[in-house]
Amino acid sequence: MTALAALIRRDIRIALRVGGGALIGVLFFLSVVVLMPFAVGPDLKLLARLGPAILWLGALLASLLTLDRLFMADHEDGSLDLIVMSRIPLELACAAKALAHWIAAGLPLIVATPVLGLLLNLDTLSTSAIALTLLAGTPALTFTGMIGAALAVTLHRGGLLLAVLVLPLSIPVLIFGVAASEAAATGPQTFGAPFLILCALSLVSFVIGPFAAAASLRQGLD
Amino acid sequence: MRLSGRHLKCVRGGREVFSGLEFAAEAGEALAVRGPNGSGKTSLLRLIAGLLIPAAGTIALEGGAAELTLAEQAHYLGHRDALKPALSVMENLAFWRDFLGGEVSDAGQSLEAVGLEHAADLPAAFLSAGQRRRLSLARLLTVRRPVWLLDEPTAALDAAGEGLFAGLMRDHLARGGLIVAATHTPLGIEARELRIGGEP
Repeated sequence: MTALAALIRRDIRIALRVGGGALIGVLFFLSVVVLMPFAVGPDLKLLARLGPAILWLGALLASLLTLDRLFMADHEDGSLDLIVMSRIPLELACAAKALAHWIAAGLPLIVATPVLGLLLNLDTLSTSAIALTLLAGTPALTFTGMIGAALAVTLHRGGLLLAVLVLPLSIPVLIFGVAASEAAATGPQTFGAPFLILCALSLVSFVIGPFAAAASLRQGLD
Repeated sequence: MRLSGRHLKCVRGGREVFSGLEFAAEAGEALAVRGPNGSGKTSLLRLIAGLLIPAAGTIALEGGAAELTLAEQAHYLGHRDALKPALSVMENLAFWRDFLGGEVSDAGQSLEAVGLEHAADLPAAFLSAGQRRRLSLARLLTVRRPVWLLDEPTAALDAAGEGLFAGLMRDHLARGGLIVAATHTPLGIEARELRIGGEP
């Protein structure tokens, strides 16, 4: 346990220091959401209707932004070799790294959501509902994205490849995340069903993500 | 404790690097792997570390801890230092101490042993190549592992550093450790030579 805690602590510390990715993600999220009203125009009703989708898309793109470095940085400086050799199962180490990434890069997005909700003319209730769906859904984005991050190491390519690999996997999360948010913001539909499916997607990704990522990293050893 | 490899064959990118390689090292013994560039010295170390899978042959550690794999009982010191520039010297070392676990000793003492105690709070980004190497050596001292796999361990070290490192290796061997080092320069300790590839 101390080993995993040490890994989580280290990754969070690096993300929060100068040059880390945590702040970049939030700033990117902010820029995407702030640009939207300029693109859509000053129609407040339309903005409020698009709000949940815009916030979810922004969060999705922002969480992808720093994800490609998840294993690449460790691969480049040789840390990954030592992690693979260590007495900690690689699956657990992958899960710990994804958790640290979510805490450093995902949580700040959720904290920023209420502020951004104001810019999109969303009321308090719908903003908090969106924040809640993001809280339930962003772990799924990180844990499925981790598979892409591990593949990027295996294939020696980062950046855009990750987006191409991961974005299709995140479609279910996006559908149910936006459905639950819209149900809370405007809709006659119930909030419960899509929200529960969103939680289920996150739980499934907790199981599949670490195993798939570890398998990919082992395959890509060289 | 005895580390041995039999009939080892290594293939990288479809090209055979070496084949039919045999080696053995007893506890308290150092093995110096020599050979021209590209002959597979690093590949051999990575095979032993479990970071590459041999195309044929086996590697075995007899007399180690039964419940641990060879990789879990080995330190690998590669070309890359496994240091995070954003973290301080002490944070880097403390992380590896906590993460690698097992039998550990005081990180501060290890820093003193490699002559980095004055830089403990300095971010690793500001270290010179030689200092980075010294910090990696401190990792070997802080976390106890019987097998040391060293890839060009003395690269970037100054003369004093080489002397210091030779002393550390001698201590490790005296405690029943085992060293496999790929190197072009003399290690500074008595070592059995393992030559791979043609004559340099």
